[in-house]
Amino acid sequence: MEGHGYLNLPTLWFALIGVLWIGYFFLEGFDFGVGVLLPFLSRDDLDRRVIVNAIGPVWDGNEVWLLVAGGATFAAFPEWYATLFSGFYLALFLILAALIFRGVAFELRGKDPRPSWRAWWDRAIFWGSALPALLWGVALSNVLRGVPIDANGEWAGSFFDLLNPYALLGGVTSLLLFTLHGGVFLTLRTEGELRDRARRAARWLAIPATTAVLGFLTWTFFNARENDGVVPGVVPITALLAVAAVEWLLRERLDGWAFVATGLSIVLITATIFLNLYPRVMPSSLGAENDLTIWNASSSHYTLKVMTVVALVFTPVVLAYQAWTYWVFRKRVRREDVAEGAPA
Amino acid sequence: MDALDLSRWQFVVTIGFHFLFVPLSIGLAFLVAVMQTAWYRTGNETYLRMTRFWGRLFLVNFALGVVTGIVQEFQFGMNWSSYSRFVGDVFGAPLAIEGLLAFFLESTFLGLWIFGWKRLSPRLHLATIWLVAFGTMISALFILAANSWMQHPVGFRLNPATGRAEMHDFFAMLTNPALLAQYPHTVLAALATAGMFVIGVSGYHLLRRRDEDVFVRSSAIALVVTLIAALGVAFSGHAQAQLMTKEQPMKMAAAEALWDTEQGAGFSLFAVGDVEHGRNHINIQLPHMLSVLATNTWNGTVHGINDLQARFEREYGPGSYVPVVGVMYWSFRLMVGAGLLMIAFAAAGLWLVRRRRLADARWFHRLAPWGIVLPIAANLLGWTFAEMGRQPWVVYGLLKTDAAGSPSVGAGFVLVTLVGFTLVYGTLAVIDVALLARMAKAGPAAASPSPEAY
Repeated sequence: MEGHGYLNLPTLWFALIGVLWIGYFFLEGFDFGVGVLLPFLSRDDLDRRVIVNAIGPVWDGNEVWLLVAGGATFAAFPEWYATLFSGFYLALFLILAALIFRGVAFELRGKDPRPSWRAWWDRAIFWGSALPALLWGVALSNVLRGVPIDANGEWAGSFFDLLNPYALLGGVTSLLLFTLHGGVFLTLRTEGELRDRARRAARWLAIPATTAVLGFLTWTFFNARENDGVVPGVVPITALLAVAAVEWLLRERLDGWAFVATGLSIVLITATIFLNLYPRVMPSSLGAENDLTIWNASSSHYTLKVMTVVALVFTPVVLAYQAWTYWVFRKRVRREDVAEGAPA
Repeated sequence: MDALDLSRWQFVVTIGFHFLFVPLSIGLAFLVAVMQTAWYRTGNETYLRMTRFWGRLFLVNFALGVVTGIVQEFQFGMNWSSYSRFVGDVFGAPLAIEGLLAFFLESTFLGLWIFGWKRLSPRLHLATIWLVAFGTMISALFILAANSWMQHPVGFRLNPATGRAEMHDFFAMLTNPALLAQYPHTVLAALATAGMFVIGVSGYHLLRRRDEDVFVRSSAIALVVTLIAALGVAFSGHAQAQLMTKEQPMKMAAAEALWDTEQGAGFSLFAVGDVEHGRNHINIQLPHMLSVLATNTWNGTVHGINDLQARFEREYGPGSYVPVVGVMYWSFRLMVGAGLLMIAFAAAGLWLVRRRRLADARWFHRLAPWGIVLPIAANLLGWTFAEMGRQPWVVYGLLKTDAAGSPSVGAGFVLVTLVGFTLVYGTLAVIDVALLARMAKAGPAAASPSPEAY
């Protein structure tokens, strides 16, 4: 097991955590996008109800992907979890505060008909979606770029180390890409004028999003050190081609394919980052000897074995029932469905 | 205050707030599932109105529990990175498994329950709320497995090379005697919490003679659940106390303000202590009762604080091993007192149900809304007792709290997030309690079925 090939439990868990982040960004990515677009696509409260209800049944389940990614990191790579979470301290606080207000907003906005009440929660939905959409990109770019980690594996930087141009570009990229993803998602879940507005917004967003992806991936390519992990060029190139196709697909009204394209782009960019990291989990900008890797940050063999068994048994079950939920709620949300006082 | 003290306060604020909502969610999920089952079985519309009304209150409460739970999972790494490095191998696994088994189940099927009234068959829709209730219980199991390991570490080895705890027997963690006592105690307390909540809100309406069909039935179901659950809490609490006498004798000694080891120790009813000199000024006792309760024998030995302090200094080196005795003593007594009041109140209510006088018992309904305070106070006091009684340890016998913080996080950062979380939580608490109260007072008529919930 201590062999450094690819067939070992630390590599498996690194891959699984990568998959959890991919799943999280794919799923909550469109939730965030829907939240960001809420004020721009709606003309009245009924529109806003349609938009919120388009992700109503699923947003909470999508957010659990983050919780499980966090839990899996804690269990499989305690050193990574400890350094990452104590190091990215204020950024994580902002993300948490945003997610708290956003989650409560979905649940509470409809519980009172007063316009001022709803307007407040709508603001919470917008900021609670935009802020994490931006900050996750900043955070992940910083992980890949390398942050100050000392010889004890402790964070040795300041908050401003996180605000470098590369990471900010990463943040802008994730914000644009998630918003685009959300816009395309709405073309699939709404109808009529709202759907047209969502498509127009997505087409308009597709160009800057593609530009950002191009810039981010190019910079990532030049940032990569010689000893960096595995990056088959086909992965980032496909990510770029996918997002570049979105504008054309939407123009041709191939909304479903456009959603596949934005999703694919998110999946492959995240995969690029994780492949590029491997076998490191958190490179140190103070020298490669301080890097946290899957070898020096991982849990014991026994713990990984227990976790592997649990994950192999239950992950398929979770995937099955989450997929089934999307099937149950496959129909578009119509204005008459969400009108208050509509008969049950 | 340094970063460590601020981190401790932050944990108190965030977990205390989280735990205001969680037991009510666990209990209400179960009660709503019972009500919906009654509707499914009988087709009686009253049960449907009950399901909708209590379901709405459940959802508002559940949302707060969920969003504050995310903070808990992140906080270990943010403020307690030394702790996370030391225990991650053991402690991380139940947390990750809780997410995979319970959080996915709860959140996905809750979405299906809220939005699935028309899209799922009645049978399948009923199954979704049961799965949510089941998910909350699984969640409690794994988070308590993690906490029980902190109270009584089992199934691990210390790795001398890394200085970390490493798991070597997962099954031992799941059958930890501390967990087997703590789990029923906590889950039954959650059921009693929801029971008292339903009785209290029902009382408010019955006093005004509104929707008597809904609230007499709700109250009757809740009374049965509360009485059974609260009795179970007492019995499992007793088992827990006996275990504690063996595993964490200092916690027991502090709970009783028992300074010196005694045989045939008395159960203290009221004491005024002198912590500095390690003795009590005043102590009113039931003779022999502590020995009987703690050891099942008339003259059993119960170790005192002063002797335990001397013993722990020999075992673990210099330092204080005494928790804050005043807090221990009173949190324990107030918790037990609240529990006994709940048992008495639920028994009185059931007696009224049996006599078919519940609807007219105005004194009962006048008291009932105040009764909601009892389980909530008991829950918070119980956790305070369990966690503060473990101090100075964060993992009993292995890692002290003052060595568990994040070395790279300064006091200023912790202060910022402490103030931030307190403001966020404070704002939400005010909004949430006001909304819950308004919805509860508005009654089932306002909870008219709407096809989509948001």
